[in-house]
Parts: sequence; structure tokens; C-alpha cells
Amino acid sequence: MTYLLSDVSTMAARSLRLVSRDLDAMITAVVLPVVILLMFVLVFGGAVDIGTDYINYVTPGVILLAAGFGAANTALAVEHDMSSGMVDRLRSMPMTAWTVLSGHVVASLVKNLATTAIVFGVSMAIGFRPEASVLEWLAAVGMILLFVGWITWLAALVGVLVRSPDAAGGFTFFVMFLPYVSSAFVPVDTLPSWLRGFAEHQPVTPVIETVRSLLSGGVPTAADPVGVAVLAVGWCLGLGLVFAVAAGLAFRARR
Amino acid sequence: MAAIVTAEGLQKSFARRGSASPPVLDGLDLELEEGAVLALLGPNGAGKTTTVRILSTLLRPDAGRATVAGFDVVREARQVRQIISLTGQQVAVDDKQSGAENLTMMGRLAHLPRRVVRERVAELLTAFDLSHAAHRQVGTWSGGMRRRLDLAAGLLTRPRVMFLDEPTTGLDPRSRQALWDVVRGVVDEGTSVFLTTQYLEEADRLAQRVALVDGGRIVAEGTPAQLKRQVGEAGVELTFATASDADRVAPALGVATVDGTRVRVPTDGSVGHVRAVLSAVEAAGPVPEHWEVRAPSLDDVFLTLTGHVGQESPARTAEVAA
Ligand SMILES: Nc1ncnc2c1ncn2[C@@H]1O[C@H](COP(=O)(O)OP(=O)(O)OP(=O)(O)O)[C@@H](O)[C@H]1O
Ligand SMILES: [Mg+2]
Repeated sequence: MTYLLSDVSTMAARSLRLVSRDLDAMITAVVLPVVILLMFVLVFGGAVDIGTDYINYVTPGVILLAAGFGAANTALAVEHDMSSGMVDRLRSMPMTAWTVLSGHVVASLVKNLATTAIVFGVSMAIGFRPEASVLEWLAAVGMILLFVGWITWLAALVGVLVRSPDAAGGFTFFVMFLPYVSSAFVPVDTLPSWLRGFAEHQPVTPVIETVRSLLSGGVPTAADPVGVAVLAVGWCLGLGLVFAVAAGLAFRARR
Repeated sequence: MAAIVTAEGLQKSFARRGSASPPVLDGLDLELEEGAVLALLGPNGAGKTTTVRILSTLLRPDAGRATVAGFDVVREARQVRQIISLTGQQVAVDDKQSGAENLTMMGRLAHLPRRVVRERVAELLTAFDLSHAAHRQVGTWSGGMRRRLDLAAGLLTRPRVMFLDEPTTGLDPRSRQALWDVVRGVVDEGTSVFLTTQYLEEADRLAQRVALVDGGRIVAEGTPAQLKRQVGEAGVELTFATASDADRVAPALGVATVDGTRVRVPTDGSVGHVRAVLSAVEAAGPVPEHWEVRAPSLDDVFLTLTGHVGQESPARTAEVAA
């Protein structure tokens, strides 16, 4: 048990080191989200009319989109460990080998925390005006990290299952698709009806709504913010648990 | 001396239901004596890596039994992992960590106390001549240095048995020599080494015993000298432009042609004998395009002991074709 904790922290330190030295991952985590934020605000901002400044509406969505991009990096890193002989070596040692996966998840959480800080920072510099207490801020960041958690465990599962870096990279498509078909960038009722059903019942929408109502800033929020928040937390914990267990089982099964 | 690694009747097949690919291991037996080096010699696809993966607890055999220091590799995998180290066919170190960081991480994962990790890492970096690059990212290192680091990572715990899967494939002769020295040093400290290789010379230099694997079984086993004796000595090899040239020369030398245009005459390598062979060739007429004196190769060993040239197993060939 003491060894389990030490394995978890050693593997987390390793993944953090690898991520911080991976130029691709750093660009995805730092530069790309800022570019996307500016693009949404400057290019689409004038066209979308949601009764408040678009920047107040779109900032949380950009953070979740960035979490998706970052998850693709996690899938790649896990695939590399599986196929490069690293996992073989770990398995031949007395340690708990699946902690290699939790290491990547921890690194992803830390990385996305940095992304979140940077996007909020830039966003506030160009006009985002949240109205939130410290507690609400913490809750909003916690909500974002819960979302990052499940999507990263899904990425870890993908990394364990696929047999090539290309297949792991293909994961990007899926995680890009989710925020676009949600209330992240446009109100759900502007979507065609066949997409609306999906958008209203997928995890990104309640997470976005929850972050928005916590930070408010004049954005019209859901009728029942507490119910939406419970739904969002439920989605994230449920999916996180399912994908973490699935990743662990797949890791054990894959020889 | 007692055996520290044993395998009896190992069977392993990767065939999915419905496909008819033959088993990768088909009743493989072997034994490594404590303190010795055993080389498992075989061509691509012979089952070397599969054997190493079973012995190092990564893979379960379909049938048969294997032990390390008396512990069953399936039922007592935990105990086995305490006393072995595996250096796989691929170099398993992080390019984005420095050499010292890689080793320190492995020491922590082996659950050594921090102080011991620090001492061992410094010791191994020096012993493997890597101190000068210790704090540079491994991605900038040469192949030989990376392989040495990979080996060092397996030595942090002073394992009783070390598994090395093709440790020198892809290295230049100097790096290969350096790596052999390292392995000899490890053995001198009392570690038993289980090595796989495609090179007879490597087995010859390092191992007390050599086991030849083909089609998932051991087809020959013995000391390097015994194996080479079975294959015969070095040969003068002549290559001709056409098969008819080769056909005219071969009878004059009292041998048959190999592959149509090649002729091989066994020799003891002495100047006198080689000169005599070449004189006979000259007398026969056709001029060879190329000739050399060549020691027995792995191909020759295989040709002699299995009746076919060392080739990829049908399973591997099928996979490539698919
Ligand atoms: N996980 C696997 N799934 C399916 N087939 C496999 C698997 N692992 C190995 N094989 C097949 O088993 C055969 C033996 O493979 P193995 O890696 O043990 O050979 P090897 O002697 O190590 O070869 P090489 O010299 O190329 O490393 C090959 O045909 C290979 O394709
Ligand atoms: Mg191999």
C-alpha cells in the first residue's frame, strides 16, 4: 500500500516531466487555447447574439475544447508506453504497473489547470467579466477538472487499446466533436432538432452550464442550476469511474 | 551447479480461433545454471522474445512450466519479479528525461530507499561510462549509450537473473564490444544472464551454453565449441557470374554448388590450404566474381542442424503478407 502511493507519485512526476518537455503538448495546452479563444471572440463574436458579450458565454467552452485536444496527447503518450517496451519493463518489476496510467492522468490534470488559468487570464484581459466569489471560482475550476478527469481516463483507455500512434491520434476527432455539439459555443436551441437531442443529453452541456452559472457574468443561466450541477458532476464521476476501470482492465488484459 | 531458470515443455500460440498459424512455442525446454550465461540463438520469429516474455512473467504459457530460483513464473510472479530484471528488445527509456532522471525513476519504482538510489545511480553512470552525459536528455544520446543506459536500468537492484533480449542488435562493432564487457562484468558480480541473439559470434563471446531455437523448440544445445563443431569449420566461398561457371569449378574442388552460383569449400583457414583451393579454381578455368574466407554463420548453423536456412516462421510471414 505504501508502495502503491509511492508508485503513483513516481509515475505522476515522470508524466509531468515528460509533458513539460514535450513542445507539442505545451503548444496544445498553452498556445492553441488562446488562439481559439481569440478566434471565437473576434471572428464569431459579432455574429452570435445571446444577450450578453460573447466572451462571457464562450470562455468555459474554449477550456473544455482544450481539454479535449490535450486528451489526444494523453492517448498518444499511453500508446507509446504500451508499444515502446516501457510497460514491459514496468511489468517485470515488483511495482504496480497500471500506475503508469494514473501518472498520465495526473499530468493531464495539472496541465489543464495551467490551461484554465491562462485562458481565464487572457479572457479577462480582453473583456470577460465574471462575477464569482472565491468559493464559486473553486467550484468552477473543480467542475472543469472533473471533466478533464473523465476525458483523460477515456484517452488512457484509447491509448491502451489502439495498436498504432495514428489510431491514438484519431481520438482527437471524437473529443473535438463533443464540445461543438453542445451549448459550449452556441445556445442549444439554435441547433437543428436532430442534433439538439444529442446536445442536450451529453455531458459537455451540463458541465458548461454549471461553469457559466458559477461565474455568471450576465449570461442567462439554466432554470435549475443546482439540478444541472448535480447532473454534470454525476456525468463526470460516472464516466470517470467507468473509463478508469475499463482502462485498468484493458491494461491487465493486453499482453 | 543448480539451475536458476528452468523451462519445461513451454507451449504458446497466438492463433485466433479459425486461423491455422502454428504455435510460436512448441514444447520448449531449457535450463540456465546459476552464475552462467545462456544464449538463446535463433532467426527472426523463432520465438526468442516470446520465451523471454514468459520467463520474465509478462506472458502466460498455454502449457508447460517455468521457474526462476524455484518460483513458478505464473503462480509466484511476484517473487520472481523481486529477483529478475528485463532489458527488452526495444530500448525502454524516456527520451525526454535525462540519464540520471531515468535511472532514479527506475530505482524508485524498484522500491529502493532514496539514499541507495542516489548511490546506485551515480555508481552505474560511472561504470557504464555515461557520467559525462548524465544530465542531458536521452533523446540526444547515441544508440550505444541508450542501450547501456537501458542495461543499467536493469541493474539498479543487483538482480539474480538478468534477461537480455537481443541487446546488441543495431549497434556498431565498438558499442557491441563495450556492451559485451558490461555483461561480463555483471556476470563476474554473480548475476546469471539469459541472453537472446541472432549472432553466433555474440553467443560465442559471452555464453557458456548456447541453445538453438527454431520452430518454437530447442533444436540443439551445447557449448559454443560443440555447436560449431557440428557445423564444420570456416570455408572458402566463391561466387561466379553464371551457374555453368560454378558447375565447372565445383567438381574440381570435390563439392557441390550452393544456390547455383556459389561454391563453398571447408578450410582450416591456413595460408597453405587456401592457396591450394585457389590454385585448383584457377586450373578449372572460370574466374570467380568474388571470393572470401568465411567463418560459419548462423545461417550455416541452421542449414546444418535444421535442414533449412534460418527463415522467418510461417506465422510471421503470414502477418507481413496480411
Ligand atoms: N502478441 C502477439 N500476437 C500475435 N503474434 C505474436 C505476438 N507476439 C509474437 N507473435 C508471433 O510469434 C512469433 C515469434 O515471435 P517472437 O517475437 O518470439 O520471435 P523472435 O525470435 O523474438 O524474433 P525477432 O528476432 O524478430 O525478435 C512471430 O511469428 C510473431 O509474429
Ligand atoms: Mg525478438
